[in-house]
Amino acid sequence: MSAHPSSEHIIPSKLYYIIWATLMCLTVITAVVAFVDLGPFNTVVALLIATFKATLVVLFFMHVKYTSEKMTKAVILSAIFWLMLLLIISLADYSTRMLG
Amino acid sequence: MSNSQAVVSNQEHDQEHIPELQHHFTNMNQQRNAASLGMWVFLGTEIMFFGGMFLAYLIYRIWYFNEFAIGSRSLDIWLGTINTAVLICSSLTVALSVRAAQRGKRKTLIGLIITTIIFGLGFLFIKGIEWYQKFKEHHVPGASFDISDLIHKYPNVPLDPHHAQLYFSLYFALTGLHALHMIVGVGIFTVLLIMAWKGRFTPEYHTPIEIGGLYWHFVDIVWIYLFPLLYLIDRKPIK
Repeated sequence: MSAHPSSEHIIPSKLYYIIWATLMCLTVITAVVAFVDLGPFNTVVALLIATFKATLVVLFFMHVKYTSEKMTKAVILSAIFWLMLLLIISLADYSTRMLG
Repeated sequence: MSNSQAVVSNQEHDQEHIPELQHHFTNMNQQRNAASLGMWVFLGTEIMFFGGMFLAYLIYRIWYFNEFAIGSRSLDIWLGTINTAVLICSSLTVALSVRAAQRGKRKTLIGLIITTIIFGLGFLFIKGIEWYQKFKEHHVPGASFDISDLIHKYPNVPLDPHHAQLYFSLYFALTGLHALHMIVGVGIFTVLLIMAWKGRFTPEYHTPIEIGGLYWHFVDIVWIYLFPLLYLIDRKPIK
């Protein structure tokens, strides 16, 4: 917890509109790129764009970039860590079963 | 302005003048940070809640790729894209409503909360249209499940109806769980609307708007992943 009482950071509304416009553009881009044949990279590109969009929402709309509470970042990173543990280890098992 | 008098950084002064400050917190900033941290811990459990279903989806998508690709093609990409845009707009109005609360703009706050609720209901309405189409096409898993239309449409792709049924089961489970979260979100924002109407929020105290907003943005993020995973598996032209 921060020791001294400081007032909240108020983000200028212009920044919110820029983030919103970026998210809208990326939505159109991801839908259009899906029709282009990139071989196995279609899924990779779609997930990279989704992750970039999610990061923008977390940092700016959810104020994580400006929070004075360090524990918030620890909670988010550990949640992502456990999710990755679940996905990566399970997929490493299931996706290699047909090889054996 | 009576508000500015209460913002004096002196802690004893805070406790005297802000009725929302609970006795076990030193000041409003600490109380706000604690509430937001608690919401983030809850969202961490939500990530694992959705994570299990995402994992089931990913495993079957790897195993039964053809059925998942054709099932994904049968979804309406226009409605999916529009719904993604609707949710992004609703996230903007939520972010702006937190800002309005921070600056003590009651009328702007009420307008933005109403807009958010309308966007939320709009999303659910479009989702309902999509589900209705799937019902008509007999793509809902169960006794009347039938993908002969897809088998006929893609004669060169070998399709097992049982595996296609898995895709549509996961489609309805994931979008259904997401829609349930949207319904809860609309409920939360209806309560926030009533509180804002009564003038309960001030620049010093607007924690409910802040943490209700965190929940809304989280539900938006879930959809940001559901959209490419469900709608965009394999849209490229079939050779």
